[in-house]
Amino acid sequence: MTATEESEDTETRYDFGGDEFVYVELSAAMSLPVHFRSLAITRRLGEEAIAGVEEICPSNASYMVRVDPDRLHPRDLVRELQRIESEVGDLSDDLTVATRIVDVPIMLNDPWTHEVLMKFRDRHQDPTGTDLDYGARINGYDSTEAFIDALAASPYLVTMMGFVPGLPWCFQLVPRERQVEVPKYVRPRTETPERAFGFGGAFAVIYPVKGAGGYQLFGSAPAPIFDGEQRLPDFAENDSVVFFKHGDVINYRRVDRDEYDDVRAQVDAGTWRYSYRELEFSPSRFLADPDGTNASMKEVLYG
Amino acid sequence: MSVIVKDPGLETTVQDTGRLGYYSIGFPPSGALDSFAYHVGNALVGNEPGAAALEAVYLGPTLEFTQDTVIAVTGAEIPAFIDGEEIPIWESVAVSSGSVLSFGQLRAGARPYVAVAGGIDVPLYYGSRSTYTLVGIGGFEGRALRAGDELAIGSEARDPRAGRRVDPGDVPEHPATAEVHLLVGLHSYRLTPESLERFTGTDWKVTPDANRVGYRFRGAELEFVPREQPFGAGSDPANVTDCGYPVGSVQVPGGVEPIVLLQDAVTGGGYATLGTVVSVDRAKLAQTKTGDKVRFVPVDLDGALAVRQERLAALDRIRSALA
Repeated sequence: MTATEESEDTETRYDFGGDEFVYVELSAAMSLPVHFRSLAITRRLGEEAIAGVEEICPSNASYMVRVDPDRLHPRDLVRELQRIESEVGDLSDDLTVATRIVDVPIMLNDPWTHEVLMKFRDRHQDPTGTDLDYGARINGYDSTEAFIDALAASPYLVTMMGFVPGLPWCFQLVPRERQVEVPKYVRPRTETPERAFGFGGAFAVIYPVKGAGGYQLFGSAPAPIFDGEQRLPDFAENDSVVFFKHGDVINYRRVDRDEYDDVRAQVDAGTWRYSYRELEFSPSRFLADPDGTNASMKEVLYG
Repeated sequence: MSVIVKDPGLETTVQDTGRLGYYSIGFPPSGALDSFAYHVGNALVGNEPGAAALEAVYLGPTLEFTQDTVIAVTGAEIPAFIDGEEIPIWESVAVSSGSVLSFGQLRAGARPYVAVAGGIDVPLYYGSRSTYTLVGIGGFEGRALRAGDELAIGSEARDPRAGRRVDPGDVPEHPATAEVHLLVGLHSYRLTPESLERFTGTDWKVTPDANRVGYRFRGAELEFVPREQPFGAGSDPANVTDCGYPVGSVQVPGGVEPIVLLQDAVTGGGYATLGTVVSVDRAKLAQTKTGDKVRFVPVDLDGALAVRQERLAALDRIRSALA
């Protein structure tokens, strides 16, 4: 009954999302090597510009292709994708990604997400505490404060964009044993504040707009990541309504209420700009020396 | 040269074929939910295929036209009136400057469409005139219509003509239980085989939580296969490592309320999906309302493509007959 087709030499799953999508899962589990391999495959697919491939959506440990089945049979597309996967092979040492490292202020344990999360305890794994307390406990931290420190200690890589326009899925650039992992809510909330900082699975996100959501709520970002009218210069100058791009490196920097309010005032005045620097990211160099690579990226950002 | 909204109805929006090409940064396609009714409406009034039209839900809007033009009502089965006199639906009708279009009570279906010769002329936003209210972009000021809004009508009608009529045999029916085709897959292996069978064997009831973002259903409980969760997914059995969601995919957070994602849905997330409704069948879902029943009929890829071809061929045939 399922349309799953296994590729011969790996565990990659190729499947059909109805008549217009092909879904490719390189691994059920998230890891940086898997993500970088999916990145290499989707880049190659884009370069090949195959007729009938309407859109390529890279994601964490998988990717999705929207296909026009009237021009390209989804089964033929799967054959092309399998060919590309075998040609790309394992992660190449000389793969580098032109990216930016961005300073993103964040207020953790903020009043706005706290108010909302308390309204939805009946949909949460632990109705008695807060999302931060729960995250600290199941990840083995002694205190909520120590957990908060870990969340902001190392930069994150944007490994997927979507949900709603501009939302970045961010995977922390630390070895597996230091990664935070939490479940999504048992049932999604019907409400999430605009610019909420959430966490689900092994991913941090900022919600661009208010709306439904299933991630644990840990904080709030003062600066927008979606600007539908391109009012702020970061958006107007790039002629885009979204700020982040797939492959960006984000350094979440803890701010207090005063700095939060100061950024909000700059946003209201239309003068807010993100601070960021361009750099070349080398996945293989990062995997060999995560902390050293993070330190040098922060050095580029903060001087 | 415009349409004045006297009464907006419940949630009436400007829609076209949708905003394609930005899925990878999180823009859902938006666009008319019942693409069949939308396309036939444009063909009736002699528009180019992508012209923007109005999509209403449950309650039709009251609209005044400030020019002589040609309109057509398609989609849900609903009495429509020009200046109080009933007009046929699925048929193009001439209206005079100052005329008012109004609607009676919905008889069947959920979403009426109003096509106007020349199309509704709102600015293009990322290549489309479709309204996406979740973030407030596209359409008329990024929102559903309100009383007093004045919508411009485009001037590029190809061949506006009253009296074009869809063959009654081509007008979709609104059966008590809608049947939509489902290509099972994606993360369907997360559900027990009994639950998957229960999913396709159940007449699901549309809950009040049913809109352009998605439809939630009730009718049975589904169980996940116990497993040690892969890293990155989160510990809940309904969780998977976050991935893209095809438009039309079905997820079951908590196992109790399956959700079918529609044109304004989120583009990705971390709940297990059990399959995808065939694209042309989203039009059928769009005409179901709270309390209606829906049954998901499993098909394989070849079956899904056959359903698609059949529906698109019917649309082509109807368009040719109306040209």
